[in-house]
Amino acid sequence: MSKKENLLEIKGLTIRYTTEEGTVKAVENMSVEIAKGETLGIVGETGAGKTTTALGIMQLIPNPPGKIEGGEIIFEGENLIGKSAAQLRKIRGNKISMIFQDPMTSLNPVMTVGEQIAEVIQLHEKKSAKESMIKAQDMLETVGIPGDRYKDYPHQFSGGMRQRVVIAIALACNPQLLIADEPTTALDVTIQAQVLNLMKKLKEEFETSMIMITHDLGIVAEICDKVAIMYAGNVVEYTDRDTLFTSPKHPYTLGLFNSIPNIEEDEDKLKPIKGLMPDPTDLPSGCPFHPRCPKATPECAERTPNPVAVKDGHVVSCLLFEK
Amino acid sequence: MAKRLIEVKNLKKHFETKKGLLHAVDGVNFFINEGETLGLVGESGCGKSTTGRVVLRLLEATDGEIIFEDKNILDYNKQQMREMRKKMQIVFQDPFASLNPRMSVAEIIAEPLEVNKVFKSKKDLDARVKELMDTVGLADRLMNIYPHELDGGRRQRIGIARALALNPKFIVQDEPVSALDVSIQAQILNLMADLQKELGLTYLFISHDLSVVKHVSDRIAVMYLGQIVELSDYNSMFRDPQHPYTQALLSAIPVPGIGKPKRERIILEGDVPSPINPPEGCRFYGRCRHRQDICKGQTPELKDMGNERFVACHFTGNLK
Repeated sequence: MSKKENLLEIKGLTIRYTTEEGTVKAVENMSVEIAKGETLGIVGETGAGKTTTALGIMQLIPNPPGKIEGGEIIFEGENLIGKSAAQLRKIRGNKISMIFQDPMTSLNPVMTVGEQIAEVIQLHEKKSAKESMIKAQDMLETVGIPGDRYKDYPHQFSGGMRQRVVIAIALACNPQLLIADEPTTALDVTIQAQVLNLMKKLKEEFETSMIMITHDLGIVAEICDKVAIMYAGNVVEYTDRDTLFTSPKHPYTLGLFNSIPNIEEDEDKLKPIKGLMPDPTDLPSGCPFHPRCPKATPECAERTPNPVAVKDGHVVSCLLFEK
Repeated sequence: MAKRLIEVKNLKKHFETKKGLLHAVDGVNFFINEGETLGLVGESGCGKSTTGRVVLRLLEATDGEIIFEDKNILDYNKQQMREMRKKMQIVFQDPFASLNPRMSVAEIIAEPLEVNKVFKSKKDLDARVKELMDTVGLADRLMNIYPHELDGGRRQRIGIARALALNPKFIVQDEPVSALDVSIQAQILNLMADLQKELGLTYLFISHDLSVVKHVSDRIAVMYLGQIVELSDYNSMFRDPQHPYTQALLSAIPVPGIGKPKRERIILEGDVPSPINPPEGCRFYGRCRHRQDICKGQTPELKDMGNERFVACHFTGNLK
C-alpha cells in the first residue's frame, strides 16, 4: 500500500441510531485511512452503513437519533469529532466536500446553477459576487458544461448534467477530500461513463483524495485504489483493489462476486448469498454475517471476529482467518 | 423450428404533449419464440417500458400489429382481451409501489384468481395461493402479512406469484430486479430462470442493466429513442456488436475485474435527444462517431444480416 502521508485516518469509528424499535448499530469500530490523491471505495448493500460513514466524516449525522459513540476521525492531523459548528463550517464544502446520490434533489430548484456554485466560493474564499460568478463559470467549463449556461435553473438540465453541476459545486473550493455517495447510481450507463471519466480526470488534475461509495464492483475496478467492503455496519474486508479482485477472502465478498452476472463470461446459474440482510435493530450475535455464511461454524454465532491482517495491508474480519 | 408465441410488427405508440407529439415507440419489430427470453435494453426514455405495456395492451398502440398465437390482439374487444390477459402477465419494476398496501400477501396473490372467477370454493382458492407462494419461495406464515412488513426481495416474489396465478404463457418483466441489492437480485434471477424452465414460460425481459440482460436472455434487442437499433442472440451481441450505439453502450459498462483486456471505452457525447418531434434520419446521428451526411436525411431500416441478426445502421459491416 501507499507510503504517502495520510490525509484522513478513521480509527474505531462507531455510530449508532437510537430509535423506538431499538438501537441501530450503523457503523461498528471502523478503521480506514486515505493518503493524498488516493481513492477509497466503500462497497456494500442497502443498510451496510456506507452513507452513515460518509455523514459521520462530514459530522452531519442527525442527532438525535444518531450519535457518534466512539472513535476518531483524524483529518490533516486533527480530530474532527468535537470541533465546534463554526470550525466545521470552515471545513465542510471547503476542505471536505460531498456529492450526493440523487442529482435531482440535491440542487436548489429556485437558484440558478451559477449562483449555487458561486455561493460556495463566496462563502469560503471571501470573493466578491462578481469574481465568484466568473469562477463558477470556469467550474462549469471544467465539468464540461458551456459556461454561458450559468444563468439556467436545474430543471433545464438533464440528469447527467445536473450531476456535473453537483460535482462542480463540490470541487469549487478545490477540496482535499471528496466524498461521493453513489454519484452515478441514478444515471444511465453511457452518462455514468461520462461522469466517471470526468471524476478520474479531475482527481488527476487536482490530486484530490476521494471516498467512492458504491454498490457496483465494476466502478471499484475502474476508479478505486483501495476498498472497504461493509456488511451490517462492519468492515469485513479492507484491502487494495488488485488484491480484492485477485484474492478476495471474506465469505461475504466472495458471495458478492458470485451474485453479479458476469458480462465477460457465460454462466448457467448465479450463486446468490442465501437469506436476507439482518434487521439492523436486531443484528445476529457474533459475526453479523454468520446466518448467511456458507462457511459458518458454531463459534461464529458466539464470538465477534477481530480484524486480522492476512497479509500486509489486507485486513479480513472473519474467524476463519483468526488463529 | 421453434414456434413463435408473439410477434410485434411496426408497433407505434405516440403521446400527445403540450410541446408536440412524443414518439415513445416508433416502428418496433420483433418476435419471441415459445419458452424463450427476449431482452429489451436501452437507457431511460428509450421506450422500453412503453413497449412492454403496449404489447400487453395496458396502453393502446397508435399503430402496428401484435400477433399472439397467430392472432392480432389489437383487433380484440374488451371481453376477448380479458380472456387473453390470463395468458399474458407483467411483473413491475418497483416492488414498493406495485403492491396494494392495504391488501395482505394472500389477498394480492388471490386477486387475479378472484377477478377471473377461477375457483368456486374458498378452499381451492386458498390451496392455489399457498401453492403459488410455495412456488416463489414465500413461507406460508407470510399469508396475512402486509407488503410494508417485507423487504424488496420478498415483495418482488409476491409480484411474481401474482403474475403466475393464472398460468400465463407470456410474462413481461419490466426491470424486475433493478430495485434490489445484488445478493437478492441473484436470488430473484435464479427463481425466474427456474420458473421459466418448469412452466415453459416466455419472457420479455426489460432492463437497463446489460449484465443482467445478458445473463437471462436468449436474444437481445437494443432500443434507442423509440426504435430497435440492433437485435441478435446474446452471444453475437456481446462478442461483436454492430451498431455504433450498441458498441458504445457495451463499452460503457464498468467491468468488475482487473488485468483482463477491456473493451476500448467509447464515451458518447451529449445526452439522449428528446423524443418529441424527433428529426428525420438516424436517431443516433447527433452522438454517433461514424455519422455521415446520409444519416441525417435517411432513416436506416432494421436490416437482416443473416443468422437472425438485425441492425439499423447505414454502414453496418463497414464499421471498425
